[in-house]
Amino acid sequence: MSKFKKNGGKKEAPGITTASLPDIVFMLLCFFIVITKMRETDLKVMAKPPQITELAKIENKGLNSSIFIGPPSPKYQQFYGGAPRLQLNDAFAKPSDIMQWAANRRAEIQPALHPKMTVSMKVDSEVKMGIVNETKTELRKANLRQLYYLANKRSK
Amino acid sequence: MIITKKLPQVNAGSMADIAFLLLVFFLVTTTIQQDKGLQVSLPQWTDIPTGGSKELKNVLRVVITSGDQLFVNNEKFEMDALREKTLHFVTNNGKDPSMSRSPKYAMVLLTNDKGCSYNHYLAVSNEIYAAYNALWEKAAQQDYGRAWDRLSAAEQSAVKAKLPRVIMEEESRF
Repeated sequence: MSKFKKNGGKKEAPGITTASLPDIVFMLLCFFIVITKMRETDLKVMAKPPQITELAKIENKGLNSSIFIGPPSPKYQQFYGGAPRLQLNDAFAKPSDIMQWAANRRAEIQPALHPKMTVSMKVDSEVKMGIVNETKTELRKANLRQLYYLANKRSK
Repeated sequence: MIITKKLPQVNAGSMADIAFLLLVFFLVTTTIQQDKGLQVSLPQWTDIPTGGSKELKNVLRVVITSGDQLFVNNEKFEMDALREKTLHFVTNNGKDPSMSRSPKYAMVLLTNDKGCSYNHYLAVSNEIYAAYNALWEKAAQQDYGRAWDRLSAAEQSAVKAKLPRVIMEEESRF
């Protein structure tokens, strides 16, 4: 009985040990590493697409090029204003730049795979169709005709 | 006498800080990427405008105005009714003389106004594509007894040949 030290009469509720806090944080970290992907293209425009039901998965991400249409994000608004703009992969552009952009993309991909090239368009819900129609016409001229309208899933 | 000196322990208090920093880094630099969308095939570009006197009854004229209103064959329509209407139009097979003669000739002409919102346009496109997807799903079940996703590429082409999806788009010129 002399092995046990007397408490001295004070009975304090033991505090919560925070020793496992780093473990919890590491678990959260692992979750994020697994679920997310490194952002490849910097979104310079605010594009929140609508919700639809008929969605197909993009098959070959490597052969896919991105177009974003929407109002510029707040930090770019002072230079570019608030009207919706086109963003091709990483830079602001106009629909007339699409032919050149397509040629650049084709140069990066081997000729045998050219027919399988696709374009994904992420367009903000509030954008008017004028700029979208111009973009589609230019894509047709550049012969990039497989298009994906990126969107979120709606239940019905 | 062996002096057993207790080795100083590494202070693990800053482990949590390092973990938080790493977490914040990943939160900032990564995205939960959405890589799904409505798959569309644009027609080839021709300088010659496609005048084409197609028989009026074989064309489902869907018009979206700048006020985000929907008109099908000059009648005002609600979004919910569009899918049904497209289905009936394509599978008409000549029964109703004002609708298509056969699925092989049926086509949809989607006219949108420069000022209509993308939200509305995509919703209308969604309904039309949904109608065709439902049609192909039914055909897949009838002809092959399997779901559309389980068909081989050749079988899918066969169904698409019987029920071709032809959607022409144009911007209204008014």
